[in-house]
Amino acid sequence: MSDLIPFIVAKYNYWIYITLMMIGLYAMIAKNNLVKKIVGMNIFQTAIILFYVSIGAKKGATIPIIEHAHGDAARGSVSHAIEIAHYINPLPHVLMLTAIVVSVATLGVALALAIRVYNRHKTLEEDEIIDQIKGI
Amino acid sequence: MSQHYPVLLVIVPLLSAFFISAAGWLNRRLCFPIAVAALSVAVFSSVGLLLRVLNENVVLYKLGGWSPPWGIVYSVDYLNGLVLVVVSVVALLNLVATQRSVEQEFSEKIGAFYTLYILFVTGLLGIVVTGDAFNLYVLLEIASLTGYGLIAMGEARAPLATLNYLYMGTIGASFYLLGIGYLYIVTGSLNMADISAILPSLYHSRTVLAAFIICMVGVWLKMAFFPLHAWLPNAYTYAPSAASSLIAPLMTKVMIYVMIRLMLTVFTPEFVFGTLTLSNSVVWLAVIAIVMGAVLALAQRNLKKMLAYIIVAEVGYMVGGAWLGNRAGMTGAILHIANDALMTLCVFLVVGNIVYKIKGYAFDDLKGLFRKMPFTMGAFVVGALSIIGVPPTCGFFSKWYLILGSIQAGHYGFMAALLFSSLVNVILFFRVIEIGYYEPVQDHEGHEAHAERVAEAPLSMLVPLLIVAAGLVVVGLYTGDIVEHVIEFAIPKGIV
Amino acid sequence: METITSIKPFLAVLVSLCVVPIIISARSPNVRETWTFVAAATKFLIVASMVPMVLNGIEIVYTVAEVLPGVAIKFRVDALGMLFALVSSSLWIVTSAYSIGYMRGLKEHSQTRYFCFFALALSATIGVAFSANLLTLYLFYEMLSFATYPLVTHHQDEEARSSGRKYLLYIVGTSIGFVLPAMLISYNLAGTLEFARQGFLAGTGSKGLIGLLLILLIFGFAKAAIMPFHSWLPAAMVAPTPVSALLHAVAVVKVGVFSIVRVLTGVFGINLLLSFDFGPFIIFVASVTILVGSFIALTQDNLKRLLAFSTIAQLSYIVLGIGLLSPKGMTGGMVHIAMHAFGKITLFFCAGAIFVATGKRNISEMVGIGRRMPVTMAAFFIASLSIIGLPPCGGFISKWYLVLGSLEAHQMPILFVLLLSSLLNAAYFMPIVYKAFFCSPEETMFEKGVKEAPPFCVVPLVITALISMVLLFYPQPFFGLADMMVKSITGG
Repeated sequence: MSDLIPFIVAKYNYWIYITLMMIGLYAMIAKNNLVKKIVGMNIFQTAIILFYVSIGAKKGATIPIIEHAHGDAARGSVSHAIEIAHYINPLPHVLMLTAIVVSVATLGVALALAIRVYNRHKTLEEDEIIDQIKGI
Repeated sequence: MSQHYPVLLVIVPLLSAFFISAAGWLNRRLCFPIAVAALSVAVFSSVGLLLRVLNENVVLYKLGGWSPPWGIVYSVDYLNGLVLVVVSVVALLNLVATQRSVEQEFSEKIGAFYTLYILFVTGLLGIVVTGDAFNLYVLLEIASLTGYGLIAMGEARAPLATLNYLYMGTIGASFYLLGIGYLYIVTGSLNMADISAILPSLYHSRTVLAAFIICMVGVWLKMAFFPLHAWLPNAYTYAPSAASSLIAPLMTKVMIYVMIRLMLTVFTPEFVFGTLTLSNSVVWLAVIAIVMGAVLALAQRNLKKMLAYIIVAEVGYMVGGAWLGNRAGMTGAILHIANDALMTLCVFLVVGNIVYKIKGYAFDDLKGLFRKMPFTMGAFVVGALSIIGVPPTCGFFSKWYLILGSIQAGHYGFMAALLFSSLVNVILFFRVIEIGYYEPVQDHEGHEAHAERVAEAPLSMLVPLLIVAAGLVVVGLYTGDIVEHVIEFAIPKGIV
Repeated sequence: METITSIKPFLAVLVSLCVVPIIISARSPNVRETWTFVAAATKFLIVASMVPMVLNGIEIVYTVAEVLPGVAIKFRVDALGMLFALVSSSLWIVTSAYSIGYMRGLKEHSQTRYFCFFALALSATIGVAFSANLLTLYLFYEMLSFATYPLVTHHQDEEARSSGRKYLLYIVGTSIGFVLPAMLISYNLAGTLEFARQGFLAGTGSKGLIGLLLILLIFGFAKAAIMPFHSWLPAAMVAPTPVSALLHAVAVVKVGVFSIVRVLTGVFGINLLLSFDFGPFIIFVASVTILVGSFIALTQDNLKRLLAFSTIAQLSYIVLGIGLLSPKGMTGGMVHIAMHAFGKITLFFCAGAIFVATGKRNISEMVGIGRRMPVTMAAFFIASLSIIGLPPCGGFISKWYLVLGSLEAHQMPILFVLLLSSLLNAAYFMPIVYKAFFCSPEETMFEKGVKEAPPFCVVPLVITALISMVLLFYPQPFFGLADMMVKSITGG
């Protein structure tokens, strides 16, 4: 038991993203309202984005921008060696920019579809929609 | 120019999508020609690429000149060379065949429809051509989102069906992304070839196992592998006919390609069949998928939904074939990617023709169709024979390899499922053929059948359909060449 | 055994395929029928032109396409295939003539479709006859199944629909469910599917596995109507009589039984069957079908159904002949392919002629019909003699050789089976002939005076009846071909 706490604490980023993912998944499955489902889907995707960003983090590291290395101030190579451990990994952030865009686009499409469904069925509650369809 | 084929495949359709969108505003009649031009370039490039691959084994294209693993690389080998040709040809044939149908259903929204169409094909081509795992995710989402748009343009129940597809599709793609994330943690690379070089020392780590399983589940969700198939029947049924005959043949097959790519290139057969002991269970899952697909198809009363459940069964064929772990099974799965794309295109084009003339696709609408639309129904019979698996159509030959693989692997359950599915397909298709053949009893004794009531679909819809139907037989006869010269080299030597 | 490569076998198959578009686009029925005759004659001539070579011991080979590594769609014309091809192609000419009389006499609908699918079916039949390996045979076997479906269900009424379903269920169900796995298991065992003189499965598998394959392949070719997969044949009698005649007395069922013969000799091989002692099993299955089929035929009133059950029994003679695994028995079985074909087709032609002329289908209504249709009933009499196996008809030869074969193989019970079945054959045929000629019809049954069916119907059946008789005295080339085939597979 005593080494369970450090185990959880040390990998807290994983636990958080899993929890968020499950919350999102739960919302998608269990909630009745279409918008709530869509929000759940967004939470799901955000959890994964958080996961990626978190794996790039390093203890005591700073943002991945080399000082005075741009423009006229730096001609040719940088004057000192770069210690990789001082900078957090920028790649996951870059990847997640794309993923965020994808998530937003999906959100947009989903909401547009929800509007179409609302226009037709005049309700956003899934059980009522299914009743309407079965009645038709 | 030929060294740019890999990128032309993706860039030309991508850019022309914008032109089509503009043309949708300015001059609607330009949309179709631009789309045809874009896809023709794609077909030309993919055929050129396949020919290059036959000579050079692998064609690598570094985007922006950046070498892997820092840059994104488009890598074309025998496996995706074949799939590229299939995807681009199917997309082009479908584009031409459904022109009239699109005009009929979407006269004001033609610009939007063709934009989404071309972007969808761009996404698929990108998925197949890329050698970078994250780039695959991006293109996967391009294809998925445009696919949702295409399906949602359909009839009344389409938006809801699309929404359900969207939920499951997003979960699937997100799982894939998650799996790639795990792989990135342990290997530090996103390039497929690079990952597969780094992974061998890590085969026994739980992270790699988790990555593999999560990626697989994500891909299975997107290919509608039973029981993760629930989105497919409604989505494909309520989509407009032009969209369903594009998406149905291609989307699930490209996801099968992704699965095979993950199994053969990224994770390598040593891991999948050596380190993991999942293959038997997965083949049994495939058996269940085949049986359930067949049984659920029997319960349907409209043609499109029946065909959608047949797709679920066909996915089971390919997943089972790939996971059998032997050369014959993998050959069957890869061959079936091409064959099933063609067969599905054939039958969905038939449905498109039927909907264009009869405006309905329930079984009751199909009465007497053999007399009204003989050529369309002739093509339907050829497609049906291919799905049943009758030589010399191509469907027989992929079944041959799949059954051979199951015999060699000793997995007789899979063979029984394949045979069961063939027999159920006979029933399914002949039920439809019966309805079309035995029209309502009228005074048919005593007068000859003449063309007075023939109301065939227009030529632009009929000719591509007949080309595809003929292609089913031609591809079947050329199976030996395809297997010997292409698929044989697509499978690593390690698999026996 | 010399082999030469020639495109002739492929041409023989293609002739009727190519004529289909012409038939579809033909402007008038006469043009259409002429083209059918042209195709039939061409096919027969191509087939016949290869007979001298085959009789001299040369085999003709042609590869169409290598569709799988190591397995091609390939034709090989040998004695057995030539025998069957000759029978089918010659009878197509006759049946086309008969079809004209029948279809026009009844003013049937969709005649173009009929002639088209007939041509396709014949194409498939010749394809089966000339197949060099099991894959090609399977391909044309399936093609035949689907090409004959529109013919069986020609009338497009409720009865046709349910018969069509039964047809498909039995024939396609067994070919996909039994033959396909058996073919693949054999391929897996032997690495090839080419028919070999000693069978390609020789020495590849255990008794159990070979036995399983034997069962799968014998029952899988359900076109041979071996019990219990025989019920499709009586059901398929709803088709127009020329369809029943050629397809179900000659082509479809003969394809089934030919496939079994081919498989027993080319896939398993006589030596393998002898070494595992599978002969008795084959004989048992065949005998059951012979006896049960003959008994059921006794109870039938509908003439075509009676003929169907008679066919079911007669087909198993052929299987029985091979199952005896003795040279004379096998010769008898193979020759019976030809003898039964000519005899049965005459009987079906007669049944159809009776229907065209009088509209009667049941035997009970055919009392005294001999007065009205003497030529038809005379032909019926001759043909039934052939089926029973009595001289002066060709069926006597095949029966005789079957008897000799069972003596050669020391299978005494088979003598009993042969004798009993011949008696049963007589028991259901002779009363028909007797009642037709020697009883007088009831008042309302027929008009007085001779009124035969149209000449296009009567002439073919006279021709085939005469051939049945002639075959006793001059059984060439069928007997020669059968003899040659048996010698080549027994190495004698």
